[in-house]
Amino acid sequence: MLEVRSLRKTYGDHVAVHDVSFSVQPGEVVGLLGPNGAGKTTTVSMIAGLVTPVSGQVLIGGEPLAGDTDPKKRTIGLVPQDLALYDELSALANLRFFGALYHLSADALERAIASSLQLVGLADRAHDRVSTFSGGMKRRLNLAASLLHDPDILLLDEPTVGVDPQSRNAIFDNLETLKARGKGLLYTTHYMEEIERLADRVVIVDHGRVVASDTLEGLQRFAPAGAAGASLESIFLALTGRTLRD
Amino acid sequence: MRPILAMVRKDLQLFLTDRRAVIMSLVAPIAIASFFGSIFSGNSNADRARIPVAIVDQDGSAISRGILDRVRGDKWVSVSTPTADEARAAVQKGALTVAVIIPGGFGDAAGRAFFSGANRPTLTMWYDPSHSTELGLVRGVMTQYVMESVSAEMFTGEQGRKVIDDTLASIDSMRLSGQQQALLRDLLQSARSFYSQATPAPADGATSTTPRRGLSMPYSVSEEAVTSGRNAAYNGYAHSFAGMGIQFLLFASIDLGVGILLERQRGLWKRLRSAPVSRVSLLIGKATSGSIIALMTLVVSFAFAMLVFGVRIHGSLAGFGLVAFATAVMAATFGLLIAALGKTPGGTRGIAILAVLMMVMLGGAWIPSFIFPAWLQQLTVVIPARWAVDGFDAMTWRGLGLQAALVPTAVMLAFAVLFGGLAVARFRWEEA
Repeated sequence: MLEVRSLRKTYGDHVAVHDVSFSVQPGEVVGLLGPNGAGKTTTVSMIAGLVTPVSGQVLIGGEPLAGDTDPKKRTIGLVPQDLALYDELSALANLRFFGALYHLSADALERAIASSLQLVGLADRAHDRVSTFSGGMKRRLNLAASLLHDPDILLLDEPTVGVDPQSRNAIFDNLETLKARGKGLLYTTHYMEEIERLADRVVIVDHGRVVASDTLEGLQRFAPAGAAGASLESIFLALTGRTLRD
Repeated sequence: MRPILAMVRKDLQLFLTDRRAVIMSLVAPIAIASFFGSIFSGNSNADRARIPVAIVDQDGSAISRGILDRVRGDKWVSVSTPTADEARAAVQKGALTVAVIIPGGFGDAAGRAFFSGANRPTLTMWYDPSHSTELGLVRGVMTQYVMESVSAEMFTGEQGRKVIDDTLASIDSMRLSGQQQALLRDLLQSARSFYSQATPAPADGATSTTPRRGLSMPYSVSEEAVTSGRNAAYNGYAHSFAGMGIQFLLFASIDLGVGILLERQRGLWKRLRSAPVSRVSLLIGKATSGSIIALMTLVVSFAFAMLVFGVRIHGSLAGFGLVAFATAVMAATFGLLIAALGKTPGGTRGIAILAVLMMVMLGGAWIPSFIFPAWLQQLTVVIPARWAVDGFDAMTWRGLGLQAALVPTAVMLAFAVLFGGLAVARFRWEEA
């Protein structure tokens, strides 16, 4: 469904992403892990069309993504790390606006809004201003705004930053529901336990390169010597080192 | 089209959501334009503030008293008679605009100089340099009344008789040819005969209360302000509402530009860019909402000016609409340019405010551009605000037709194309 092929991005002399390749299949959750500055967000931005790669391709259903108005962008839903919402507007007004960007008709948009709000448990707060929402509610609305056009692939850039365990759990439930519906999810985070709970496969990047790509079980081969049944965190540290990155 | 309409609707919702900001964006231009309009509008003479002038009469002659009487009756000035020291101190403090010092011996010397042109006495004027334009008016007033007073005294007063007698007595010693001496003697004797016939001496103890007539202005003035028509008076509020309207439109364009930067900072632009919407559509959506908000501000401001201050569109209504439309589009694209060139919202706002203030100042929105030096007046043709002001003036108080709106409209639309093109070229599209 989504294939990332040899993506490369540079900023001057700095190589942010170097020859990154991986894929996301329908109904699959791929965890994208990496230390700060490893190139995770740049990779996600290239997939979403926010950043133009120097070389490489983003393929959707085998076809390269081409340009800002490529209809294949409708198959992608981006959940930004920031709470990309208008606090001054109601949840409904936010969703109406973001849905309209995908050329949804009025009826289809209203149905999509109802469905999305229902999924994230905010149907009863549709008419309230976002500024009155808690952090967890905003995170859920941030997710709902990315689902309106019913994308096949969801790009989730640290979607649980700053939320309490209840909201995080609710978001996980939402994501598992989406996975069950056959959506492919690319999930970036610093929380290893989230990947352990959600991901079918894990791609670990460091210094812009893929250093490991496998299932959770398959990653055990990168575990420190003698550490049978090592945690994902210990494998991650074994692959990326313990040097502070920022 | 649907995404563009959605962006416009969303931006209008955001604008109208903040009621305090809406009120301020409408009230502020109205308040400031009303203030400027009250200053620059053509008040009636009855309402006009008189120029405070002091006359220090150190002479005490009939001529100096005549000057004082005449100046007191003038409609342009209010006269006081302090001492010289008090007058100088008052001018220094700004309480007086001009102090006129009539020195001792002025009347006698002025009378003699009236015929001979030699040894003219000096009339000293101390003035407040911050009111130098009013000095010219006071100078004109004094010229008129000194001439009237001196000539009246010379032709009809005692001082004049004495001067003529003295001059007749000294003709033989003057450096004149015999023929010239004879002619001057005839002239002065005729003047002496005129005194005795035209101005009988008042009865004992009686004094004349009306200034005697001397030379007078040999013409009167008929003034007509050339506006849209004979029945349409100049309304200074039309200009001030145009100027302040444009200023606040440009301030609104700063909000538009900074708003885009804030959207980027909050990650909203990532969501916009991830949708299958072209870059031009995104900018058109922003420019359209900015133009609508700008037009709303203009319409409300001018509606207030019409209702409260009697401003009228004496020219072409369609032309007014064209100028308003072009101004709004120009302001909106200027906002896009701000967003394209700016980096942080805070830093951008400061620089943009400075740029807008320069633009409206040079565009003649605050003070008429004819006050500027000639080179600066020519330079202002590259300031879009000037074309907006000229366009609105043409359609309101000047009462010109549609044709007069076409050039300002075309120029502002050209500016809009320039600003929009630069914005598209310089906009930071990548959202890492």
